[in-house]
Amino acid sequence: MSEKNYISIHNSEAFPVKSIPIVDIDDFRETVITEIERGKRLASFFGRPLNESAVCLTAVIADDKRGCLQILSTEVEKSYQSLTPDCSQANCFEREIAEQWGIVPLGHPWFKPLRFHHSYRKEYDAWERGLDEEILPAHTDFYQVSGDEVHEVAVGPVHAGVIEPGHFRFQCSGERVFHLEIALGFQHRGIERAIISGDKSKIPHYMETLAGDTTIGHSVAYAQAMEALSGCLVSGRAQILRGIMLELERMANHVGDIGALANDVAFLPTASYCGRLRGDYLNMTAMICGNRFGRNMVRPGGVMYNLDASLISQLSRKLEEVFSDTENAIGLMWDSPSAIGRFEDTGKISREIAEELGLVGVAARACGFERDVRFDFPTGIYCFSQIPVATFSTCDVFARAYVRGLEIQRSKSFICEQLETITGDDIFTVPGDSAPDMAVVSMLEGWRGEICHFAMTGADGNLLHYKVVDPSFHNWNGLAASMRNEEVSNFPICNKSFNLSYCGHDL
Amino acid sequence: MIKVLMARAKQGYRTSAFPVEPPALSDRFVGAPVIGRPKCPPKCSKCVELCPMQCISRNTEKISIDIGKCIFCGKCAESCSPGILHFSKDYRMAVRKREELVLSGPVINLAEELNKEMKKLFGRSLKLRQVCAGGCNACEADVNVLNTLAWDLGRFGIQFVASPRHADGLLVTGPVTENMKLALKKTYEAVANPKLVIAVGACAISGGIYEGHSEANNGVQSIIPVDLFIPGCPPHPSTILDGLLRLMGRLKGDAREKINDSQPIPPVGDQLETRKKLIRSVIRS
Ligand code: SF4
Repeated sequence: MSEKNYISIHNSEAFPVKSIPIVDIDDFRETVITEIERGKRLASFFGRPLNESAVCLTAVIADDKRGCLQILSTEVEKSYQSLTPDCSQANCFEREIAEQWGIVPLGHPWFKPLRFHHSYRKEYDAWERGLDEEILPAHTDFYQVSGDEVHEVAVGPVHAGVIEPGHFRFQCSGERVFHLEIALGFQHRGIERAIISGDKSKIPHYMETLAGDTTIGHSVAYAQAMEALSGCLVSGRAQILRGIMLELERMANHVGDIGALANDVAFLPTASYCGRLRGDYLNMTAMICGNRFGRNMVRPGGVMYNLDASLISQLSRKLEEVFSDTENAIGLMWDSPSAIGRFEDTGKISREIAEELGLVGVAARACGFERDVRFDFPTGIYCFSQIPVATFSTCDVFARAYVRGLEIQRSKSFICEQLETITGDDIFTVPGDSAPDMAVVSMLEGWRGEICHFAMTGADGNLLHYKVVDPSFHNWNGLAASMRNEEVSNFPICNKSFNLSYCGHDL
Repeated sequence: MIKVLMARAKQGYRTSAFPVEPPALSDRFVGAPVIGRPKCPPKCSKCVELCPMQCISRNTEKISIDIGKCIFCGKCAESCSPGILHFSKDYRMAVRKREELVLSGPVINLAEELNKEMKKLFGRSLKLRQVCAGGCNACEADVNVLNTLAWDLGRFGIQFVASPRHADGLLVTGPVTENMKLALKKTYEAVANPKLVIAVGACAISGGIYEGHSEANNGVQSIIPVDLFIPGCPPHPSTILDGLLRLMGRLKGDAREKINDSQPIPPVGDQLETRKKLIRSVIRS
């Protein structure tokens, strides 16, 4: 295959839109399929309208080993030969493209809507639904297993706990789950569309609310993208502060997840301590920027709040104290065979399946993959200060919990180191206008995994297209796979071990 | 076992003394906005233009700010002259009527308790079914946090239950996406009468940041009646708890409260500079 089929770029590096090769659909399919077969991953795959009839499909392939991204495009009108039969990672992306632009991936093995909304191109609908036809969420086909002893369990959209809406269908025989199918879209609020067509001053706030628990992750990804497009250099201090905030976000969520896992196996000491400790980490975030989730902290150009010497020492003291309690609370569970026994060998996904689905983040590292944007595609402070990648190889609920435990420790060392050595004073550079007709892929390791934003400007320098891929988008099918042959009663811990975002998926 | 006991000793007693003592808030916490006495300079509309949520309006001499839409980014105050508009550290913001969230002075009509009959039913035990109807999940996170031992919601007789059939009311977050509309209505219908509805967060009150999106509705009130509004994006856990306790008649004090302005948010030196730079860049674009 000739190298010309795609362009190779780096994370958060702007490049002219024109430099993306537009190949014909057969070449496009072949290139994507072969590259993924070679062990690369489909980081993003989306459509954008070119004119009345044509849609440009663009694929972003992540080459973890070489630390670069390959991009290529093709043009289609109504349909094309689906990639999914040869490349499972394309599954949800193709359904998304079909739903948004009314383009049918012919031969897609399980072709159904993803978020349940009308097509963005009025005259094209992939399922030939009328413009006035009401589209109800989760009204679609589900896999069904039949037989005497088989029964179906349906859960949601409104769940029993304080959590987001989603619909789950289990095909079971007694307690045993043959298959779980997940229907989402209940949280769809149209952010991607609003980013390019709405009020510009709202964009940073949209980024912060793509997934509220990943406020820092998504807003740094956006900031990186806009800085690359406008050629804005961010000060070292701002980069450090972003790193500190991102790791605090990771610690808060990981601690919360471990607590939730403990709760689901009724190991209450760890559950209740971790619940409280999660709040302590959020409060540290609030010490820096006033908000527990890091709202209003990150903007293109830098960060909005600085640390002075007294705040630095307060933070370090607080971190030591909270971390020591965290080690104690989590250690307690690792020392309890009765709790651990529930996690081991539960919710296993094989390495092959993880690879095939293109899992990211904790879920991938718990299958032994050294996959971490901070390591493979570093940006900002991670170019200078590396965090060792935490992996475990048992592919089960325990591995996903244990990797979180390791990451908490490593994030803590990172923050301490940064607080000790933080220098400089400038935290903000006013970004200039974005260059016209440029594009950028901005990736970042959020606490759930790889966040990938694609931004592209038009001739006037305004955003023409913006595509967000939350790590959950890749991982929801991982959760479904982990439930194969499990007991229904193990669903809560499998679910918590992934803890995926509904709103990050639904956008 | 011994390890469990030792850990218990190390972790200590951590439940906050709220509401007997005020909550510990970050020095940079942005609470209720305060509109002071001085009149606005003629023709000034800086804050109105800067607000990404369009929650400020300018009347002849003064401004009013709708905290049901506000996301507490603080941009408006940084652009304003001292004394006219600033943010306080007051976390108490829950009200019973939507229009009471539009502030035009330093006071706010905090939520009154339920009427006698309802208070008799719910004043000492309130079981809520939470419905997430869109939004970003941060509101749920800060509702959830009330269940942790740091807040120990159970001590007030409030509990989140698994089914609307067990509930006295709904606590709703999110703007109510089109895809959640039916589910919200059905859940509401499944709660026995008399019932309460509590809207938590800017989204649930007005649509928040998603106001006007065709994929979402502009808040819970456009679908079902609401009894308590708790503003914020997301509201601080103490704002939520304060609202719930007021509704249950568990907090005494005047309903029409002056916003506690004893600790206005200090414009931290460099922070202010940063803000100003940003504001300049926004104005430029
Ligand atoms: S009000 Fe704000 S924090 Fe709450 S769900 Fe809406 S966007 Fe998220």
